[in-house]
Amino acid sequence: MTELTKLTISDAREKLAQKEISSAELTESYIGAIEAANDSLNAYVALTFDQARSMAKASDERLSSGSGGALEGIPLGIKDLFCTQGVHSQACSHILDGFKPRYESTVTANLWADGAVMLGKLNMDEFAMGSSNETSYYGPVTNPWRANGSDQALVPGGSSGGSASAVAAQMCAGATATDTGGSIRQPAAFTGTVGIKPTYGRCSRWGVVAFASSLDQAGPITRSVRDSAIMLKSMASVDEKDTTSANIPVPDYEAAIGKSVKGMRIGIPAEYVADDMPEEITALWEQGKAWLKEAGAEIVPISLPHTKYALPAYYIVAPAEASSNLARYDGVRYGLRVEGEDIVDMYEKTRAAGFGDEVKRRVLIGTYVLSAGYYDAYYLRAQKVRTLIKRDFETVFADGVDAILTPATPSAAFAIGDESMKADPVKMYLNDIFTVTVNMAGLPGISVPAGINKDGLPLGLQVIGKAFDEETLFSVGEVLEQAAGRFSPKQWW
Amino acid sequence: MSVDTDTVKRVAGLARIAVSEEQAETMTGELNTILGFVEQLNEVDIDGVETMTSVLPMAAKQRKDVINDGGKPEDIVANSPLTEDHFFAVPKVVE
Repeated sequence: MTELTKLTISDAREKLAQKEISSAELTESYIGAIEAANDSLNAYVALTFDQARSMAKASDERLSSGSGGALEGIPLGIKDLFCTQGVHSQACSHILDGFKPRYESTVTANLWADGAVMLGKLNMDEFAMGSSNETSYYGPVTNPWRANGSDQALVPGGSSGGSASAVAAQMCAGATATDTGGSIRQPAAFTGTVGIKPTYGRCSRWGVVAFASSLDQAGPITRSVRDSAIMLKSMASVDEKDTTSANIPVPDYEAAIGKSVKGMRIGIPAEYVADDMPEEITALWEQGKAWLKEAGAEIVPISLPHTKYALPAYYIVAPAEASSNLARYDGVRYGLRVEGEDIVDMYEKTRAAGFGDEVKRRVLIGTYVLSAGYYDAYYLRAQKVRTLIKRDFETVFADGVDAILTPATPSAAFAIGDESMKADPVKMYLNDIFTVTVNMAGLPGISVPAGINKDGLPLGLQVIGKAFDEETLFSVGEVLEQAAGRFSPKQWW
Repeated sequence: MSVDTDTVKRVAGLARIAVSEEQAETMTGELNTILGFVEQLNEVDIDGVETMTSVLPMAAKQRKDVINDGGKPEDIVANSPLTEDHFFAVPKVVE
């Protein structure tokens, strides 16, 4: 951590524009930070320093000629789920061993077109399946936060754990991430960073390794709400190559920062309570309501009656889509291949060796719920429940609610290797209880750090908005950030 | 509903994932935990509820039926573990 790596994207952008610093200097600072921290945190799985240096040099040339883009010279980390041309892109799975795509994802292409610099590829749960970043083939990521007086290693959340850890530990100015059930917002909450999952269809999924296509969305993780607005503006686009990319122009999200929330109606859903939810989460939620009320918003109690069914419905829909999407990993076109007696044996051995336990679990669940005789009982029922979950949100928005405030997670970060979660997959899944509803309904949600618990660990609040109304999330998020302040971990690595 | 170890082995076959007897037994327990968890969906009254097919209202995109990509066999096979003359090579599938 140096003076330069402390800068937010907006501060660095200002200093780059004023020629107080160069992108080359900024990039070198981040390279130094990564070299110092990555052995301890394991946030990066591939480093692209040569590429970073040449991109920074090109940025400095554009900055000096006054032709810099919106992210000119800003060093970013990229989640390993995004295909980057000629660079390690393996969704942190063994089955994609050695895969270097010949093409670039739309989201990363948009970032480079705006002048951003790539530092490397970030660790994640294998195929984005996990809530603790422990399912990665490359080993777990460590959270830069530790509880007071403890040196126990904590998880950064998942699946975008590498992104969250790297942003919190100042190993990049901002990072790309993806969110299928909470994979941006939960790690953001666990690391004191800001993360937004935009509306389904806002960022192109082209070139992003598919997990559950009707739920997957890309978004940024950053150190401030403003930085998320800046990054999302560059990441989002209308893309012919993604049939579900929304044909709606991308607004200037940064213009929403600082906009008053006076008169806004903020819904508080009665159903967002978990079993054994610690008192500190309830207290944080109360504090969030109080801050928004002080800022002139009206707090309205609301009901989203199908909330408790979102997670079980998700664990049918997402594995079903995953089992179909992951059928392509067969040892023929890319990645790992384990030879067998015949072609079926080769497929089975390749997939047995290439997929980790959590991925296998989900592929099997998905194959089972889609298999003959079970489709109606599971998949069709889950998709009907999904309609009801979405309808709950539509009803409250139609009643005049502008945004919804909830806790982001039911707890703070937990220890790497937690025995109770290892023994019971459902216990791990419950991490996403407050975030998964948003994916099921296709809505945008932002997680903003809102406080520190009694052990000294960060906690986040989530704001959920109407479809394509990310601007309100940035306005409300900024009010929360102004009231709560920003949080960074004490350096121990 | 719950699954037995034979069902797990059959589903693993459908998914083309080799599993040992021991793995199949472990997975049976794990899958039953998950299936037990999703069981609560049976409480929901879904009579007359439409099945979700698209999370947001959007018309399927159409484009002209023309060739708009291609001519790059090198790129296509570049990441394959085994190729021959721009073909993917696999174990013999026809007798």
